[in-house]
This record gives sequence, structure tokens and C-alpha cells, in this order.
Amino acid sequence: MEKENNAKEGIKGWISPAKYGKFGIERFAWILMRITGLGLLAYFIGHIIETGNILSGEGAWNSMLELTQTTEGHIFLALVIGMCVFHTGNGIRLMLVQMGYGIGKPARPDYPYKPQSLNMKGKACIYATIGIAALAMWYGITVMFG
Amino acid sequence: MIMRESIVMKIHYGTALGAVFLVAIHIMMRMTQDFHESLQYENVIANYEMIGYAILLELILILISVHGFNGLRVILLEIRQGQSYEKGVTYGCIAAMIALVVYGSNTIISVHLGLL
Amino acid sequence: MAAVHPKISEERSETIVSSTKSVTLRIKRSNPEVSSEEKFDQFIVPVEKWTTVLDALLDAKSHLDHSIGIRYSCRQASCGSCGMKINGKPALACFTKISELNSNEITVEPMDNFPVVRDLAVNFTRLINNHKKIMPYVIREDSEIVPGTGVREMLQTPEDVEKYIQFSSCIKCGLCNSACPTMAMDTTFVGPQALAQAYRYIADTRDKGKKNRLQIIDESHGIWRCHAAGSCSQVCPKGVDPAMGIQMLRSYLLGIRD
Repeated sequence: MEKENNAKEGIKGWISPAKYGKFGIERFAWILMRITGLGLLAYFIGHIIETGNILSGEGAWNSMLELTQTTEGHIFLALVIGMCVFHTGNGIRLMLVQMGYGIGKPARPDYPYKPQSLNMKGKACIYATIGIAALAMWYGITVMFG
Repeated sequence: MIMRESIVMKIHYGTALGAVFLVAIHIMMRMTQDFHESLQYENVIANYEMIGYAILLELILILISVHGFNGLRVILLEIRQGQSYEKGVTYGCIAAMIALVVYGSNTIISVHLGLL
Repeated sequence: MAAVHPKISEERSETIVSSTKSVTLRIKRSNPEVSSEEKFDQFIVPVEKWTTVLDALLDAKSHLDHSIGIRYSCRQASCGSCGMKINGKPALACFTKISELNSNEITVEPMDNFPVVRDLAVNFTRLINNHKKIMPYVIREDSEIVPGTGVREMLQTPEDVEKYIQFSSCIKCGLCNSACPTMAMDTTFVGPQALAQAYRYIADTRDKGKKNRLQIIDESHGIWRCHAAGSCSQVCPKGVDPAMGIQMLRSYLLGIRD
């Protein structure tokens, strides 16, 4: 009975590019939040293991640096910077939204029934977060490449 | 041990806010010197030997482990449902969280106490 | 006695084309009771500026293929029966004009996240069960008006009504549940429709069941699996804005509001 009443779109509902054209920037921010979250978790685990090399002495530490302080390593780190800034900025926006700020006030709905919660303020915050993440990536690249 | 989901999510938000603040300090520490110089062995050891910095790193480790693995748990719970799967995911994430904190704490405490 | 005209109405099977414009209607066909086969059937239907997707579907059903399975009723966005996926986005067929889709090919499919009964008709059992779960009625000890007590009605100011009237516009069309990314994977998620209705009753000053409802939704597949993607509000045809209701509901659980 349970199976008859349940159906799900599946992973297509998360990753199909068609969704992101039809549903607006808030949905895009949602999937980006997931992707950056998983990316940051993977980076964090790698970072803890990588910095653990310090226990093996200067030689091991320098070998680790040789592996990571490369062009590819710097580009990867720049991506991590971008992911971190986006995840943080969007996370703060989400915390405010989920506390009830910036979503408008309930009112009698009228045609064309535009949703108050998906307002320009929220969209601007998402675009601003993406912009700041890009700026942070650029700054990180200038620092790392000297 | 069963925690209400609202408590778990309050911890998720709290660890997020704490981590933002502390990671910002951690990154700024890298910028007190030239980036490449700050990664040199002696400078890194010197940082770990400062009690304040060691506490900062420990707190970041705990906050981000909790936040990250809880986030992973949420994603995994949405992908598939079922009592045994959900228990497995929850306990698995808690175990991974503890393992990472233990591993990282070992590094921080050992270097701070000079047990290299 | 007036003369009877035996041929006063005659059923015609061909489509009478009065318009110069026509569109291709691609309808997803399936009959899960018979087989798991799914296919798209194409129909060319004439359209005017005012033709809705429902008009086009019924045109195809009347004149071209009587077997198209479709659920509809009021034709004026009041009953919520004709929810379906139109060019990839959940919408009410009666409320969507062909002209506003800006396409000569209209693809119509059953709503996502609902089991298909036949062609475009889907099973609403899960939506109804989740809706019932949040106790969609005013809860209070004196909800029965007892004669002789002097109590005739539960008074509310216009400001009190304004707090929840938006959420009471819900017609249970299921478009929000279809659009929700969490529902795409999580079959036990309570869904934006039920959560918005939980807020509708909590925000109602007549209701005293806030604690019970908050306890029901405070679980691992309840309100916390909403991540404010906003797709529910994007597709809602009645301006319910479930996303707003859910975030306001969350603020109760976070201790921001009493």
C-alpha cells in the first residue's frame, strides 16, 4: 500500500539542468549549497589528513607542500575559497530567511499571485554572494600566485 | 540516544556561525605573513605551540566536523529512507565525526605539547 | 405541435478548424495497471489567443483520441484537479494559456512525485494523508458551540484574518509537492502543502493546537527537510506562498516567535 501511494522523481529532480531554468535562482542556490557543502566536507577531511603530516617531521611536511603548492593545487584551493565564501554567504541568508526575515508579511493574495517570499531582496543576496565568492577566488589566486 | 530534530538543527546553525567566525581568524593568521612563508614547517609548528591558536584549531575541528557530517547525514536521509538505513546513516556520520575529531586532535595536541 | 428535427445534433469526429494557428500537443501516455510502457502521443490542435492547455487537451480528447486520461473539474483554478507538468513545470492546465508558453510544441506530463493512475491523472493519497497528519482543523476545547452558553461565534479582527487568509487559499492541487526538490527523493517528507497548512492553523487565533502540530512536524522528515528552495511558491497558482509559511513555522521551532 505504501509503495502504491509513493512515487518520486528521483535524482533527476536534483541534477537535471532543465529544472534550473524553470525554477529560478533560489533553487540554483539550493543545489549549489549542497555541492559546495559536500565539496567543503571532502576538502576538510583531506586538510585534516594532510596537516597530520606534520607529525612525521619536516621531510614529510615538505613533501606534502610539494604536492599541494603547485599550480593545480592553487587552482583547487581557489575553488575551495569560492565554495567556502558562497556556502557561508548563502548560509547566512538562509538562516535569516528561516528565522522569518526578508520573506514579506502574509497578505490577502491577488492576481497574478506573485510570491512575496521570492522577492528581489533575496535574489539580490544570492547574486551578491556568487559575486563575492568570485571576487574571493580572484583575490586568493593573486595571493597564491604572488 | 534520540535527539529531537529541532535540537540537531539548532546545533547545525550554531556550529555554522561559530565556524564562520573562527575560520575567518584562521585564514587571517595565514595572512599575517607572506602566504608561502606561513606554510613553512617552523612557522606552522610555532603556530601550534601557541595555546590560543591550538584552542582555535581544536574548536574549528569540532565545529566543522559536527556541521559537515550533520549536513551529509541530511543529504543521505533525503536520498533513501527506511528505519535500518536511517539508523546506519546517523550512527555512521557520528562515528565519522568522532574519528575525524580524534585524528585532528591528535595532531593538534601532539604538536602543541612538542611530542613530535 | 412544433416539428421535430431529427438531425438537430450530430456527433462529428473531425476537428473543425476555425483558427489559423495550431500547436503540437505531446501527451505522455501510460497505464500502470496494464503495463509499465510509457510513450508520448502527438496531436495537432487549433488554438486561439485565449485557449488554455486544458481546452487543448479536451479538444484532443473530444475529437482525436477519446482515451486520454485527464482529471479536471471547475476549469477556473478553484478545484485544483487539473495539475500537471506543462513544458517541464507543474501548473494548472486550466490556468495556463497556450499563448503564454511561447512554444509551438506543448509537452504535457503527469505531475512528478505522485504515482500515476493513468496518463495525466495521478494518485493523491500521500498528499491527503500528509494533510490529515497535521490536523487541518481548528483545535480548541470549546470548538462545539453549545446552545444557551451565549457563545455564537469565535471573533477575529481583520488583522487576525490577514495573518492566515493567504494560506487558507490552498486548493490542494499538489503542484507545490510536485515542484519540491526534497519530495523528488524523500518519499516520507511531509511536503510543502501540509507544512503551509500547519502554519495556516497555527497562525489562526482561534486555534489552540500549536504545540501538537509543532511536535508532529519536528521530526527528521518534517519541516527540517525544507531548505527554502522556493520552488513550491514559484508554482503555486493561488498565491499561497508555502515557502513563506514554512519559514514562519520554522521560526516557532527555532524560538524566534512564541
